[in-house]
Amino acid sequence: MDDPNNSVTTKDLVKRFGDFIAVDGINLAVRRGEVFGFLGPNGAGKSTTIRMLCGLLRPTAGSAQVAGHDVASEPELVRQNIGYMSQKFSLYNDLTVIENLRLFAGLYSVPFSVLQQRIEWALAMAGLEGKQNLLTGTLPGGWKQRLALGCAVLHKPPILFLDEPTSGVDPLARRQFWDLIHTMAAEGVTAFVTTHYMEEAEYCNRLALIFRGRLVALGTPSELKRNAMKGELLLVECRSLSDAIKLLKTAPGVQDASVFGNAIHLVVRDAKQSTPQLLQFLLKRGIAVERMEKVSPSLEDVFVSVTSSTETVGEQRV
Amino acid sequence: MSITRMWVMAHKEVVQILRDPFSLLIVIVMPAILVVLFGYGVNLDQKHIPCVAWDQDGSQQSQDLLKHFAASEYFTIVGVATSERDGRQALDAGTARMVVVVPWNFSQRLQKGGPVAVQALVDATDDNTANVVFGYAQAVVQTYSSEVQMDWMRGRGSPFQFAPVSTETRTWYNEDLESSAFIIPGVLALVMSVIGAFLTSLTIAREWERGTMEQLISTPVSAMEIMLGKLLPYFVLGMVDTAITASIAIYWFRVPFRGSFVTLFASSAMFLIVVLSLGFFISVLAKNQFAASQIALLVTFLPAFLLSGFLFAIEQMPPVLQWITRVLPARYYVSVLKKIFLKGTPAALLYADLLPLAAFSVVLALLATRAFHKRLG
Repeated sequence: MDDPNNSVTTKDLVKRFGDFIAVDGINLAVRRGEVFGFLGPNGAGKSTTIRMLCGLLRPTAGSAQVAGHDVASEPELVRQNIGYMSQKFSLYNDLTVIENLRLFAGLYSVPFSVLQQRIEWALAMAGLEGKQNLLTGTLPGGWKQRLALGCAVLHKPPILFLDEPTSGVDPLARRQFWDLIHTMAAEGVTAFVTTHYMEEAEYCNRLALIFRGRLVALGTPSELKRNAMKGELLLVECRSLSDAIKLLKTAPGVQDASVFGNAIHLVVRDAKQSTPQLLQFLLKRGIAVERMEKVSPSLEDVFVSVTSSTETVGEQRV
Repeated sequence: MSITRMWVMAHKEVVQILRDPFSLLIVIVMPAILVVLFGYGVNLDQKHIPCVAWDQDGSQQSQDLLKHFAASEYFTIVGVATSERDGRQALDAGTARMVVVVPWNFSQRLQKGGPVAVQALVDATDDNTANVVFGYAQAVVQTYSSEVQMDWMRGRGSPFQFAPVSTETRTWYNEDLESSAFIIPGVLALVMSVIGAFLTSLTIAREWERGTMEQLISTPVSAMEIMLGKLLPYFVLGMVDTAITASIAIYWFRVPFRGSFVTLFASSAMFLIVVLSLGFFISVLAKNQFAASQIALLVTFLPAFLLSGFLFAIEQMPPVLQWITRVLPARYYVSVLKKIFLKGTPAALLYADLLPLAAFSVVLALLATRAFHKRLG
């Protein structure tokens, strides 16, 4: 908890809105200089968590420390050490690029002696040189996001909170944005990033999978792919995918079956053992299998596997 | 509290106002429209009231009486009736507000030494106007009656050339009895309400609506800095509008200004703090522009319009309403305005109005600083 190498720590963090539990006892430790991904579907509690960490929402229970300060009792000290990009674009559309930058530089009390240099640095980083006098509202989505990041880092905060920073941005701009994040992380900045894009999660040093307010898995992308699955993954290619998946869900030894593109992904306990059994099973039912082999799971497989087991646990409880 | 942070907030607000045609329109054009509207449009004076004469007598004396009506600036004879139906039609159609009925035996009774009654049929749809019309008619008849009396007495060798006792009236403060002079100073209270409460309630609610507030409060800027930075530009605009409105009143409508400009601007500043605080308070609670603006108008503009003594005298309101006006800051401001414009009352004699106004501004400003927290939800 008090490890100075941790930028963000939470302990049993809870946020309740009336009867709805948005965040349900989350424990985390984010290390300095880490790009930490917070992955989960919409409504899983990602934004609520990030807002608590920025001191914008008061936790219902539990505690969180950001840059060594408690978010509930010292929100102002927290705010001096963070940069925040909210999910919805929230700079002023009726101000120009330079006016937005000057405003936030002023609000972050950037010293006058370095003001011009910081603004130029932010403009260069965001690739907005020469666009200073454009009205922010007229910029394309990717530029707006980079400007928002620029405004959030003018004071060189040690910790960045980015809430779905790339939603609604085209893939190329998204890639550029992640390059920016990694450049800053290389300089020692901690980035706490939420996303629901699986391919983006691969860019993170470590990932937390969050589902229905709970932390369901935590680790590096490769650790998650290796350990978080509750079995092994089989890829099946055949005709009539929809018939096959219905049958396979009832087949012995199959824990989960889902469609991935033109193939089916099956979660089984032991791939080697199951392969001949399942080939037999499908053949008997008149489905010719073109290909069946063990594959290494993607993050999406991990996520589907982890969340479906959470759902099952939830249903059993009822 | 950082002056720099407050200043960048204020600067941002000014840039936004200058870029928003709607705000500019309200700030620059609205005061002029309100003064002109109330200066020309609202006229509580009753002059040249149209009336119809029904002279049943048709004698020298009855015509004499009707000439008195016609000569008075309060009445204009617009028609002659020869039956009750004629008179009724004129009132029904609204071409006349009053029918004067001189009875058939008018001259006969006068010659015999009276008494005789003249009938006035008054359209009392608007009871206030009806009362005024009725009062004027009585005055005209009274004058005629005393002239008849004097004639009779002179004929019998009376030493009096005129009625022995008469009233000599001097009107003070509003010498020309212009209702515009009474109304226009109070327009300032309406202008301040729109600038102070309506515009500010929009500016903060807008930040919540567009999500910019979330970004703002994630920075180290304090609640106080946000509030002062937001309100400062509107305070300056309010003072500018005070000058614009007062200038139009004084130089265009020739409303007398007998008090001190210091008192005018000081009391305007206090009232402005009141409405700015209310506007801020409302938009913190409402968080959406439509609701905030509606509540702002309801809480500041309407009372300033109806209950402040701006148009309707507080002394003539039912006791309950009179009591309610005591907790309305606009009442004290309007009272100060009327006194410094028309009477030139020195500030020292305005304490009964200025003290409550000052108290309201301090209390509401303190409440407003408490209302805003840098939290979502």
